[in-house]
Amino acid sequence: MSRIAQRFADLKKQNRAGFVAFITAGDPNLETSFEILKGLPAAGADVIELGMPFTDPMADGPAIQLGSLRALKAGHTMAKTLDLVRRFRANDRTTPIVLMGYYNPIYSYGGEKFCKDAHEAGVDGLIVVDLPPEEDHELRPYTKAAGLDIIRLSTPTTDAKRLPAVLDGASGFLYYVSITGVTGTKDIDPISVAKALKPLKAATHLPIAVGFGIKSESDAKAVAQTADAAVVGSALVAEISRFVGPDGKLSPGAPEAVLSLVRRLAASAHGARI
Amino acid sequence: MSQMKPNSYKTGPDAQGHFGLYGGRYVAETLMPLILDLERAYNAAKADPSFQAELDDFLEHYVGRPSPLYFAERLTENFGGPKIYFKRDELNHTGAHKINNCMGQILLARRMGKTRIIAETGAGQHGVATATVAARFGLPCVIYMGEDDIKRQSPNVFRMRLLGAEVRPVSSGSRTLKDAMNEALRDWVSNVENTFYIIGTVAGPHPYPALVRDFQSVIGKEARAQMLAREGRLPDAAVACIGGGSNAMGLFYPFLDDPDVALYGVEAAGHGIETGQHAASLAGGRPGVLHGNRTYLLQDDDGQIIEAHSISAGLDYPGIGPEHAWLHDMKRVNYVHATDMEALDAFQLCAKQEGIIPALEPAHAVAFTQKLAKQMPKDKIILMNMCGRGDKDIFAVAERLGVKL
Repeated sequence: MSRIAQRFADLKKQNRAGFVAFITAGDPNLETSFEILKGLPAAGADVIELGMPFTDPMADGPAIQLGSLRALKAGHTMAKTLDLVRRFRANDRTTPIVLMGYYNPIYSYGGEKFCKDAHEAGVDGLIVVDLPPEEDHELRPYTKAAGLDIIRLSTPTTDAKRLPAVLDGASGFLYYVSITGVTGTKDIDPISVAKALKPLKAATHLPIAVGFGIKSESDAKAVAQTADAAVVGSALVAEISRFVGPDGKLSPGAPEAVLSLVRRLAASAHGARI
Repeated sequence: MSQMKPNSYKTGPDAQGHFGLYGGRYVAETLMPLILDLERAYNAAKADPSFQAELDDFLEHYVGRPSPLYFAERLTENFGGPKIYFKRDELNHTGAHKINNCMGQILLARRMGKTRIIAETGAGQHGVATATVAARFGLPCVIYMGEDDIKRQSPNVFRMRLLGAEVRPVSSGSRTLKDAMNEALRDWVSNVENTFYIIGTVAGPHPYPALVRDFQSVIGKEARAQMLAREGRLPDAAVACIGGGSNAMGLFYPFLDDPDVALYGVEAAGHGIETGQHAASLAGGRPGVLHGNRTYLLQDDDGQIIEAHSISAGLDYPGIGPEHAWLHDMKRVNYVHATDMEALDAFQLCAKQEGIIPALEPAHAVAFTQKLAKQMPKDKIILMNMCGRGDKDIFAVAERLGVKL
């Protein structure tokens, strides 16, 4: 069983929702980013989404755009993202890591080599935001060969007619984008999310994680009532921003602050069904 | 890459929106259903004679088509070679070719029942053309424009505001056209119900590259017929400048299957290809994926997009339309380039010799036409697309020439 499947099976056994934490690799710099990454499981992250920085993150709101640019400015590369995962895996063999980003840096690295290197580093799955089912056939043979899950996105605009195309070839979990918008902008509406999850649950056995609009403990709690996991990204990346001055200088304390926020959000998600 | 010569260069894209390796639909899932809708609506419009009739009527009476085919006699003498003809798309309403496409897209938006228009702009010409058609049809309009471009093109910013559009400055990334396009895509994802995104060039997810090409092909169709009427034959060469490549695609497309017409797309070489400060994605880039399509991109070794540079804000884009990428690989079109300095010289020469102040974008085409003319005999004909007028550029040019206005 894959690390992702195992983790969701364990959560199901405990009858609790999972918490998925997103941070951008290399943000605000390599070592701070590693400090945060290695602390995430103990803070309550059941799954880690690690963002691969890109100059043109067209599906991301201001917080994650800034995080990406900070990482790139600090000299981050795709190879360094894989290094972070490798270092993380030296001490943690069980927490799934999913890389999330855009296709061009993967295409530039070489799809086959990237999937192979990512698997060897300890990556479990990929979310490639701008690679819809219509276009991911060129990557899928490589993810399959490397044993990486392709995590597909379903959105409020994905209708019943289109859903089978989204689910065809999906593995790991299904990521439901809870708003029509970019990351971290609009507010989530738990009632419409619960409504949207019904047909998804009927159509797939994959666990469903919900994200894009979860900002607060109450959001996380509300989503965790119905979803298999709640994803928070922008709020964590914005927390890092608070420690970066206008001159780009980092003041101390960012890892502790981010991890403390993760602890609160994860506790809300974990406790939602009690 | 060795590829068989096709029977026709005009059959693309395929059903999935690919021109060979290029094109496609690399967008977030939220947008997928929308671009599939757009494709259906566009196919239906194409099959409906009343859509083309309505478009033709607006092109004639509002845009001012057909645009003239003009024999540039003094430049012909100056260059001392073949006859130079200009397709005068700078005489269109709003001063550039951009409105051909905007008129087509807004009629499509109306057919689809969309009530809000968004667009990105670099030089501001596409923004002005979009704001113009939005005003004409009474639709609210938001134009995304990079902060740096807003500084370079203040007359166009004011024009857009006069036309009732909201110009939203984009401060992310490199603050130019590519970032304006990111921001427009983000707006579209956030306003899926009512919004129509009028993309200004032959790029973006399928069906945009084909749709924009079709609307711009009026340029080449007219020019081809006008040339036959005027000279009794086709030109030996057709030249157009390329940023994203919409005026070039519009000029070239009707000539693609005329093997005796050599086609030249002129990219912006900025300070020179060798300096790395340019906007020539074919000359200095490699295939990648950005803004919904695969094409040649300026990028670093790690697949991060590099900022383009050109004196012309309209060419300042790190990519190029996917059909151009394919025509480049197939060697049907010759892609060449001209530097900032060459364009500036051609800008002044054209003004003084022909009484036509070209936009800085087609000034690149004039510069290459001059080079090409020197290699061709007098009995040949070069057709060049004068795709925009230079009124918007006089402040930028004055600054480069050290003149205080």
